[in-house]
Amino acid sequence: MKNIIILVFLNFIFFTKSHSLIEVDITRGNLDPLPIAVSPLHVDIKSENFEDVKVKELGENISKIIENNFKSTGLFNPLKKDAFVQKPDIAHLKPRFEDWRLIKAQALVTGKLLIKDEKLKVEFRLWDLTAAKEMTALAFTTTPSNWRRVAHIISDKIYERLTGEEGYFDTRIIYVAESGPKNQRIKKLAIMDQDGANTKYLTLGNELVLTPRFNPTNQMVTYMSYFRNMPRVYLLDIETGTQEVVGNFPGMTFAPRFSPDGKKIIMSFAKDGNSDIYTMDLETRLVERITEHSSIDTSPSFSPDGKFIAFNSDRSGLQQLYVMRSDGSNVKRITFGKGIYGTPVWSPRGDLIAFTKMHKGRFYIGVMRTDGTGERLLTENYYQEAPSWSPNGRVLVFYRETKAGEKGEGFTAKLWSIDITGYNERKLSTKTDASDPSWSSLLSK
Amino acid sequence: MIRSLFYSITFHSIMILLTVLSLPFMLREPIDLPPIVSVELIQISDRTNIPYAPKARKILEDTKKKEEERVVSEQAPPAAKAKEKPDRIPLPDVKKEEKKIIKKKQNPEEIKPEIRQSSEFEKKEIIDTNQIAALIDKAKEVEAVEKSEKNKITQSNKKNSFATGLTLSEEDALRAQIFGCWSIPLGLPYDENLLVRIKLQLKKDGTITKSEILDHERMNKPGQKFYKVLAESALRAVRLCQPLKVPPTGYDNWKDLQLNFNPAEMLKG
Repeated sequence: MKNIIILVFLNFIFFTKSHSLIEVDITRGNLDPLPIAVSPLHVDIKSENFEDVKVKELGENISKIIENNFKSTGLFNPLKKDAFVQKPDIAHLKPRFEDWRLIKAQALVTGKLLIKDEKLKVEFRLWDLTAAKEMTALAFTTTPSNWRRVAHIISDKIYERLTGEEGYFDTRIIYVAESGPKNQRIKKLAIMDQDGANTKYLTLGNELVLTPRFNPTNQMVTYMSYFRNMPRVYLLDIETGTQEVVGNFPGMTFAPRFSPDGKKIIMSFAKDGNSDIYTMDLETRLVERITEHSSIDTSPSFSPDGKFIAFNSDRSGLQQLYVMRSDGSNVKRITFGKGIYGTPVWSPRGDLIAFTKMHKGRFYIGVMRTDGTGERLLTENYYQEAPSWSPNGRVLVFYRETKAGEKGEGFTAKLWSIDITGYNERKLSTKTDASDPSWSSLLSK
Repeated sequence: MIRSLFYSITFHSIMILLTVLSLPFMLREPIDLPPIVSVELIQISDRTNIPYAPKARKILEDTKKKEEERVVSEQAPPAAKAKEKPDRIPLPDVKKEEKKIIKKKQNPEEIKPEIRQSSEFEKKEIIDTNQIAALIDKAKEVEAVEKSEKNKITQSNKKNSFATGLTLSEEDALRAQIFGCWSIPLGLPYDENLLVRIKLQLKKDGTITKSEILDHERMNKPGQKFYKVLAESALRAVRLCQPLKVPPTGYDNWKDLQLNFNPAEMLKG
């Protein structure tokens, strides 16, 4: 009995003690972009000159690229350089945190570069200004002409450290470059860095090219081209420039895409007047039929684990989205909304499917969960389609056309990007009109 | 009948006795504690810790560098790591700052023995990055950046004021202040289970003497990048908000404070 009383008494004491800690739940915060200061990189005076590279301006230029990358994400607010108080070389050694905090920066990027023995060495540091400590520091060595890529790689590393996600700056976008009047368009395959620099044309423009798509594992592209009015599926190695024909397929072949491991191509083509989905093994060149239905099945896209395929079909009357296992079994309709759904693309993160929707004559780009719930329309316009994911599954690139006059005047086609929150819509700068973009995986992976 | 009545009476009387005993205990506690001048003690230990914070930091940086080196060799093919500078160069500067601080003190000799004691203590606790970071922070004395308060007071998640020891309005004022300082990292996926709990030790004026992430071992686990980013953003918010808007009275109730940062609501919308 005595023991019980003591126990109860002790319990009381601990009870009162354990409740002495006050807890406050913080469930809201501001969604303002993180203020970040990107100090120009300090150029070492020992640097040698290198052909075509303005070494003195390199530090400034690299910091500008990093700033532009950050600005384009909508997640960061790069601060104006006029307000910077510390010189780049001193800031890189040891920033005066109080000074940087005064201009309301929360993170600081500093760096140094040097060209020696025809090699460019760039080092950078990311500082957490409120905690007054270094968050990450890395150095890269490369040929000096590669300086733009170094800037993108640095941006990726910082982005990853501050958001927890992989970056997407050291990537390229392949698209169809268009020129000429609307009824006589010249279409060439073109590739550029994600920020619009380094545009290169990969075909001459004497044949119609369509739907280029990147291999998710390396720098290979598959696309369609018409040769003597017959659609052909091509494989193109961007690094070497070698091209090969995968096969001639009957008319009405659409949108070849790689499987996640890059070993197969999935596409739709019409056999005996009925469009179905097929895969082709790139080694054995064996074609396998996946769907067998009297309706039109097109636009297949693999899930990142390769277990499922999303596609669109008009088997219910209007064109809607469906998901099935990769062997064609267990077909499930996932969209039931009003309007027509098309071009489903599975996010590399695996959590969402992007799509194009047409309703009452307007076009929407949207995302939904893979079971069709949580549909969110991100952007609406006169005509837009063909979303393609950034490698981290956060941003979509697509193309948008404007309404043409009777003689085709006023017609433009441009690439746009939007992030999955739907807030940060941006036009990408391309030298010509552009359509059908596809985003590569990270080059440095 | 009589037996159960007897039990009832004894148990009730025990309860009454306990209440009588424990209630004054609860009342008495706040009155007992203040004379210990614990605030000053904390300050002294903080100051004495200063010279050793860089040492701890150096060790931390060394381990961090080693980790990073590994990562670099795997990730970036042309990468060559600049090892020497990050270690050597920041340190002299820190030392200079320390000297300045020590010069200001009237009796520098007296503090020395205490330094040794605290250094041993410090070495043992080296794993706690946040604590050390907080100490370094203190060394440079963070100037109070008062953010303009955005009065977005919501009805959600209000806890019972009796349970927390703050009145609802006091809690709301504090919450609203931190809302304004906390930049939620927007890249976070909304389906992750992310809750960051930070334990704070406060001075009477609301400045922070110690901040500790309660699940800090989770920060360095693989696959917890999002948690790490969120935890860092929460720490940034707390430091930016200094001094916190705390009530003028009842210091002993709120000198230890736990903040639970949960972005789920924001990321869904």
